[in-house]
Amino acid sequence: MTDDVMRTADGTPLKVKLRQAERREVRRAFLLIAPLFLFIVVSFLIPIVVMLKNAFYDPDIVNNLPQTTELLRQWDGKALPSEEVFAAFAADLKTASKARTVALVGKRLNYEIPTLKSKVTVTARKLDKIEAGPWTEAVISADPIWKDVFTWAVVKRAGSAVTPYYLLSALDLRQGTDGGIERTPEERRIYLQVLGRTLGISLLVTLCTLVLGYPVAFMLATLPQRTASILMIFVLLPFWTSLLVRTTAWTILLQDGGVVAQFLHITGITWISNVLGFMSGEPQLFKTRFATVLAMTHIQLPFTLLPIYSVMKTISPTYMRAAKSLGATPFHAFRTVYVPQTMPGVAAGCLLTFILCLGYFITPALVGGGSDNMIAGFIDTAMNNEGNWGKSSALGFVLLTATLILYYVYNRLIGIDKMKLG
Amino acid sequence: MALPPYMTTTEKVSHYGLRIFVGAVLLFLIAPILAIMPLSFNSETFFSYPMPGFSTKWYFGETGFFTNERWTSALKLSVIVAVAATILATCLGTLAALGLSRSNIPGRAAIMAVLISPMIVPVIISAIGLFFFYAYTGLNGTLIGIILAHTALATPFVVITVTATLMSFDRTLMRAGASLGGAPHTVFFKVVLPLILPGVISGALFAFVTSFDEVIVILFIGGPEQRTLPRQMFSGIRELISPTITAAASVLIVFSTFLLVTVELLRRRGERLRGIRS
Repeated sequence: MTDDVMRTADGTPLKVKLRQAERREVRRAFLLIAPLFLFIVVSFLIPIVVMLKNAFYDPDIVNNLPQTTELLRQWDGKALPSEEVFAAFAADLKTASKARTVALVGKRLNYEIPTLKSKVTVTARKLDKIEAGPWTEAVISADPIWKDVFTWAVVKRAGSAVTPYYLLSALDLRQGTDGGIERTPEERRIYLQVLGRTLGISLLVTLCTLVLGYPVAFMLATLPQRTASILMIFVLLPFWTSLLVRTTAWTILLQDGGVVAQFLHITGITWISNVLGFMSGEPQLFKTRFATVLAMTHIQLPFTLLPIYSVMKTISPTYMRAAKSLGATPFHAFRTVYVPQTMPGVAAGCLLTFILCLGYFITPALVGGGSDNMIAGFIDTAMNNEGNWGKSSALGFVLLTATLILYYVYNRLIGIDKMKLG
Repeated sequence: MALPPYMTTTEKVSHYGLRIFVGAVLLFLIAPILAIMPLSFNSETFFSYPMPGFSTKWYFGETGFFTNERWTSALKLSVIVAVAATILATCLGTLAALGLSRSNIPGRAAIMAVLISPMIVPVIISAIGLFFFYAYTGLNGTLIGIILAHTALATPFVVITVTATLMSFDRTLMRAGASLGGAPHTVFFKVVLPLILPGVISGALFAFVTSFDEVIVILFIGGPEQRTLPRQMFSGIRELISPTITAAASVLIVFSTFLLVTVELLRRRGERLRGIRS
């Protein structure tokens, strides 16, 4: 060996050996991660992706009206479809009747034209009795809605398994007869309002937690350690108590004539509000927006407060002293020297609370009124009460997109694995 | 507490003002939790003070938390699910955290994002996704299905807690162990595990709480007979509020106090073990 490369006992260069060792390390690390990674991907992520697929994909019409959809593909959408299409439609409906899938067709079409569900059923029943054409007259005489070009435009659009319908309607949009995107009729617009309400409540709760939490975090960070540790219990105990227990507590305390009403009565707040005309008589708190915001603020306060506290702990008191010694008033020093340094904590806490608020379901459902339902509540209703998987998936898609964007911001600002747990 | 004599009136006012405000907020945080507990000893079926009499019937009476079959079976199911999910989540999560703590793993950020996704995705979406998946695989309404779902939801907390603990873990100790002839698993059990144990136990407790408190997923994937404690409470609140719910809530509050104290003690012990002084 004449070159000056460092070698191990068996003659391989040290560099190669090191690389081998490092590769082995990485491989071992991957082996450790693999079980959990596969578990999460298979039992969690894939199911969610498959679920979200329902927001774009609905084969009910193409499966149950195969001939009609095939023929409608060539239809220009201007005049009523030809006799051939009506004949295919009648044949498809007869087959569907036998297979008992008419309800599926009706359900899907009903999303776009209410009343169509019963009309499809009636049409199918009437057509069952008719043996021969002409089918155009037969179908139209079963129900005049089939005379409408728009009806057929809807059937044609619903006939493609990949559909933007659910996502559009989650944003109060729809496709018009000409295929262009337009807003849904005024009386059927609800989801933008739901989305706005969800964002509004989340923002309000975030602000409330910040206003209440910031001074507490400041106090805890500046008091002597012993006192702060004791006061910290007041923050951590609610943090560790389950969300459902805290919601339960508020449900019971906010009842008419319950503890909160008694508290307002004894402290004279009820009396003052009555005098000032904010309300008359005893307060009605349960099932109101106020109750929702109150309970959510209570539940989220530790989430906002703790990140702010942990940033404040790292701020040296000497900066404030320096500012004051240079002639700043305490308030001025606080505002221009202290507050800017706490901003990373404020961003972390507020963003986390805002994200968590977006997905709230239990608390608005239990303490809020009917008009306080947030987007998660509507996802649940679409799923369990209406059986409209497309709609629940589309709303879920909207909620998930908003959440992921905000987490992306959070990760950029703070780093997700630095999230503090208690 | 005496204030320095040089303080101006404004400073004094803001000093006391801040203390009063903070006191009020802390009271707001703790009061609802404390106010609910005495109500569970009310002898009547209403929820306001003053209470007409003292009674333990909501704990040990006919409909009591510890005696009524609905509540005891719910408690039993919750404990079984939570213990199983905790064991699974802690093992999987700790292994993954050990892997993640090695330096220079390609795509670490992406892997981390996948591993903690159950914590990020809003629970309602997870619930519906799992419902479809379980309908397809026949796991809806099975004990194993609930345990797997809770395991998925709980692992991010283990991963985060143990990863954080490992960050301040001195890796030369592992090399020292290996150089003294310890096989990798010997080094792990004799050197690494004792040192990171406080972090692992904290993670396990977080996992336990996540499973024990979970209410949304169980509403979707649980069969009619599978009533965990949160589900029993939820339907109780929705239908007819009975004071037994206050008893259940009180028991859970006592339980979370116990967990809080445990985690806090573990954290201190862990920092002492790894030589961090606060």
